[in-house]
Amino acid sequence: MRRFLALLLVGFLVTTPLHAVEPDEILKDQKLEERARALSSELRCLVCQNQSIDDSHAPLAKDLRVLVRQKLVGGDSDDAIRAFLVDRYGEFILLKPRFSADTLILWITPFCLLALGGLFLIRKSRKAAETQVAVLDGAEQARLAELLNAENSTGS
Amino acid sequence: MSVELGHFALIMAFATALIQTLLPMWGAVARDPALAGMARYSAFVTFGLVLIAYLALTMAYIGSDFSVANVAMNSHSTKPLIYKISGVWSNHEGSMLLWVMILVLFAALVALRGGGMPERLLASVLSVQGAIACAFLLFIILTSNPFARLSDVPFDGQGLNPILEDPGLAIHPPMLYLGYVGFSIAFSFAVGALVHGRIDAVWARFVRPWTLLAWIFLTLGIAMGSYWAYYELGWGGWWFWDPVENASLMPWLMGTALLHSTVVMEKRDALKVWTILLSILTFSLSLLGTFLVRSGVITSVHSFASDPARGIFILGILTLFIGGGLALFAWRAPSLKQGGLFAPISREGALVVNNLFLATSAVAVLVGTLYPLVLETLNGSKISVGAPYFNLTAVPLFVCLLILVPFGQSLAWKRGDLVGVGQRLLAAFGLAIVAMMVTFALTRGGPVAAPLGLGLGVWLIAGSATDVITRCYRRGLHWKVVVERAFGLPRSAWGTALAHAGMGITVIGISATAWGVESLAVVAKHEPLIVGPYTVSLEQAFKRKGEGFREDVAQFSVTEGAVARGLIESSKRIHTGREMPTTEAGIVTYGFGQLYASVNEILPDGRVSIRFYWKPLVTLIWGGAIVMALGGALSLADRRARIALSAKNKRALSMKAEAKA
Repeated sequence: MRRFLALLLVGFLVTTPLHAVEPDEILKDQKLEERARALSSELRCLVCQNQSIDDSHAPLAKDLRVLVRQKLVGGDSDDAIRAFLVDRYGEFILLKPRFSADTLILWITPFCLLALGGLFLIRKSRKAAETQVAVLDGAEQARLAELLNAENSTGS
Repeated sequence: MSVELGHFALIMAFATALIQTLLPMWGAVARDPALAGMARYSAFVTFGLVLIAYLALTMAYIGSDFSVANVAMNSHSTKPLIYKISGVWSNHEGSMLLWVMILVLFAALVALRGGGMPERLLASVLSVQGAIACAFLLFIILTSNPFARLSDVPFDGQGLNPILEDPGLAIHPPMLYLGYVGFSIAFSFAVGALVHGRIDAVWARFVRPWTLLAWIFLTLGIAMGSYWAYYELGWGGWWFWDPVENASLMPWLMGTALLHSTVVMEKRDALKVWTILLSILTFSLSLLGTFLVRSGVITSVHSFASDPARGIFILGILTLFIGGGLALFAWRAPSLKQGGLFAPISREGALVVNNLFLATSAVAVLVGTLYPLVLETLNGSKISVGAPYFNLTAVPLFVCLLILVPFGQSLAWKRGDLVGVGQRLLAAFGLAIVAMMVTFALTRGGPVAAPLGLGLGVWLIAGSATDVITRCYRRGLHWKVVVERAFGLPRSAWGTALAHAGMGITVIGISATAWGVESLAVVAKHEPLIVGPYTVSLEQAFKRKGEGFREDVAQFSVTEGAVARGLIESSKRIHTGREMPTTEAGIVTYGFGQLYASVNEILPDGRVSIRFYWKPLVTLIWGGAIVMALGGALSLADRRARIALSAKNKRALSMKAEAKA
């Protein structure tokens, strides 16, 4: 374990992460380069099958990576760059679809489902609790506790 | 000759599958034991015929019979034997044949081991299996005949797609299909129960082993596929949220939910209607996966056939079985007797929460996968739904679920004691926190998510250990007694602990990817490049010829500090026959981590453009999946899960079942 942790440590201190896709594309400014990486991992390579431009070897992906970096160096914000690319290539280029009327159902379905399911379960368990209260009177409750105790001490 | 025999056997199999569908169901409904008894024999005969067809095609591949179009297009006389055999399922027609063969194999196994089942249930289960087999046999015979002959026989075959020429291919599809198709058994049982309007703990006891078996294979199949993509596609990713991957993940999630809900049903005779619905949904997602991959609706490495006629045929099958199953459910489920109510703080309550999270995450994956398709059909807008979407929806659901797992595992059936569970888990929780803090301190400035994920993994593993320990250790017990009790624990208890710990191992592997290091450079000979804890330097770049390909190889030496750690090489390969280039990644494993080399280009001046990754702990991702599958296998070996019951139990069970009818 210590060896492994030491290894991790070495991995961190020694390497300045060369975040780059092809050596000639790396920006000097590390902050900008990090933004470029984050941004391009959310942009779809238009000629590939489900790859981001960050992963792709396709020439078009390279062009887009260079374009993104040029815009970043030019001082554009991430949103401005996204808007520019959507203008040029359509929403299709965004791997993370923007929240809009078209994508409303896409974004809310999982959370609505979880909430509805949770509510349903809570209501059901309340009902279960109520029926239990209704069925058992004090004497029965005591007898039940007795039985449960007996079970706990002999069982498990 | 044998090819025609295979074709003939396939058509005969359709006929016997039709018999298997119609007569037993009639017998089951009309309570005619003779007709119901037809189920087992027709299942055996159908399996035998499909097996003949399958072997005939395999023989054509082994014998390089290029007069068969399928063989000519997907094999080559110089291929090693293993790729001739696995070549059978490297293409659309052959893989559909494999699909059907596994389907009828499962039906035959149910028939073989179903002696203790109530006769009517067995008859209707096999009848539904027959119906699925009919549909897919008809699909193969009408649209995807693997036995079609060529009038112009070529001198040699076109060879296999080089990406598919890999030991991974030999194992990945059969594993995946065993998983997909295995869930058909749960579907058939669900339909059988709906037809009879009867469902009880005995039903769950029969379904559970099959579900578990399918789940084990699907787990391994997905892990195999992931590792294969990791080393073959050459950019070091192991999961891409690609529609085809999602197609296998959805049934896995739903199937995992099903696995847990059948436990509740078996133990507590509750959650019946929900379990039936899950059975239908799980196999529906398997069918959907088959449809997505086979129809060419989505384009990817996998959809080697993009023929609209086939797509529409499979869509028809899909509508019939999913629509039919759900319609039957809507019609009959209200008449099923609901199980008992139970307390929310209990093992069964926790399993319900597990089901909520798993089913929701399956839906999230489903919505993300199909949304672009549906939206484009509806209003023509083209959007992409990629990894960022799933990372924001499915992944948080997974994380919430995994945090809760150790609690659920430690809760008692019927009435759990949350405070007691908290006390028991205190040590595990402390361990997870310490692991998190220590890694956080050691990797200060690094990604924050990684130590958190590592803590979660440790929490899962320690939680599983706690579960086992509290079951066999109590203060004051002699160690011999403790060991005895450990051996005395039911195998399913060990299986659960192992599977959950396996999940923890996978989580650690996934978290550690954030610590991965990437180094990218154009290097000259002997120029050092630092990759994480290692230094690599180019030894030589040369050309090489291998069996069925030629390649440009770049070879690097690896040193760690001053210690030499061997060589690593990566190549650009051109496969003869198809003249298709691939990148062969070089992977060397150190401990649980891997050094990964992928050559971009070898420049004319001898320099090499190369990409190196150091991926600490990455093998744990797949190792964890194997541990999960082992846990499943251990559960399967549990006495309770075995279908072959003793004669006495068998009689008692069927009597009990009849009495409930």
